[in-house]
Amino acid sequence: MTDLFWILISAMLVNNFTLVLFLGLCPFMGVSGRVSTALRMGGANIFVLTITSVVASFLNAFVLPYAPYLRLISFIVVIASLVQIVETVIKKVSPALFRELGIFLPLITTNCAILGLAIFQTNRGYGFLEGLFFAVGAGLGLTLALVLMASIREQTELADVPAMARGMGLVLILAGSLSLAFMGFAGLFSS
Amino acid sequence: MDRPRFELTASPHIKGPDSTPRIMWSVVGSLVPVVVAASWYFGVSALLVITVATLGAVGTERVLGPGGTLRDGSAAITGLLLGLTLPAGIPLWMALLGGIIAIGLGKMVFGGLGQNVFNPALIGRAFLQAAFPEGLTTWPPAPERWFQLAGDNFALPFMSPDLEPFVTGATPLGQMKFEGIGTAPLDLFLGATGGSLGETAAVAILLGGAYLALKKYLDWRIPVSIFATVALLSQTVHWISPEYPGAVFMLFSGGLMLGAVYMATDMVTSPTTPKGAWLYGLGIGALVVLIRLWGGLPEGVMYAILLMNAMVPFINRATQPRVFGTGRGVAAP
Repeated sequence: MTDLFWILISAMLVNNFTLVLFLGLCPFMGVSGRVSTALRMGGANIFVLTITSVVASFLNAFVLPYAPYLRLISFIVVIASLVQIVETVIKKVSPALFRELGIFLPLITTNCAILGLAIFQTNRGYGFLEGLFFAVGAGLGLTLALVLMASIREQTELADVPAMARGMGLVLILAGSLSLAFMGFAGLFSS
Repeated sequence: MDRPRFELTASPHIKGPDSTPRIMWSVVGSLVPVVVAASWYFGVSALLVITVATLGAVGTERVLGPGGTLRDGSAAITGLLLGLTLPAGIPLWMALLGGIIAIGLGKMVFGGLGQNVFNPALIGRAFLQAAFPEGLTTWPPAPERWFQLAGDNFALPFMSPDLEPFVTGATPLGQMKFEGIGTAPLDLFLGATGGSLGETAAVAILLGGAYLALKKYLDWRIPVSIFATVALLSQTVHWISPEYPGAVFMLFSGGLMLGAVYMATDMVTSPTTPKGAWLYGLGIGALVVLIRLWGGLPEGVMYAILLMNAMVPFINRATQPRVFGTGRGVAAP
């Protein structure tokens, strides 16, 4: 039980996908303008990462032992098509949920964070439950990074930023500063 | 057209004597005892490091900023604080680079004073820590004579410093974490220990902080809530398993004093509401204990403050006071 908890904390803070491993930077830069959108993007991320983890455990258990060379391609294809199906189902079953998450779902299925999760999970030999906690932790970490970034960006909208750094330049510098701050979590609970 | 007979101005109409330059130079003044204590313990190297870091900060502000912003003294504070977080034996070019990064990437890129998100001095320090971990964690013990250098201060950029003739010591926190050796509380309080320049003399920092708090130039809630959180948490952990250090050691070792009094209370990067200030201090204290006791690093004050700096926009938004006449108990119009 404690192991699962550490997996979650580690994926969320110590090895934060965005700020420490630099995965999933496109949504982090692109959709972090508003806290409300950032929260929805985070929710969509948690959702897709969880699906990814389930799919990856399934593939690892039943398919890949027979055809190990299919690893990368099967991860991408199966995850992307499953998310696409889920998106269609959500659109039909719950239009409200679709409006909250739906637009982001197809955007993030081909994200490096998603493939990264599947590969990390396989390489570390996580089982089904461990993988699930890892995915939720990674999703929470992405959400945390997105929301922090969005709240900071909303504030700096009022700042008198010099022309050379306006827009994406400042976002990159902010991302670097946040990443410096997250270095403090390095090695947490490892001893 | 005739000039209007009455001067029309916007509020405020009653003004106090306090202005940005006045507040900032008071902070600089209150740092003087800390600088003196640092040079007392670490000799001429301390003065060199602090001066060069300040020069880096002030020079960058002069080059990048609009004219006249040097007079408000905020760049000098950033440089002084950055210098005080560095070890005495650091090569001077690193201190200079730290000052340049602190003002350049920590402040001017946001548009100058009042608009930055992170504490500039800590951005400089965190940058140096990430770029030159070895230079930043080599702690020389106090030299025997005042004019003796504490380390290879004059090493050239990108050459490995010649550390042969110098002994490296350990900080109380490092000793505690990696060897389980404690330090006497009185030594911690007076500062006769290894560590960064301004980390050691708790008494000088508390004096300066008390002066600023009395003048209301810093929000007393922030240091008080940091100290209370650290003391409560670490003492509880100490009772449960005594191998962890107690509250007194945690309070007076490392950069907690300097960080809590001078860095967390930076007016620009701390919350604007009283409730927010308590929360902010609570967060810093909890993160400091977390990183110090269970993290990979012996000291976490810098990271704790930077992380909570990042939370400040969020805290400000969450702790907005109720607008008078709205909310609870008022019928919707």
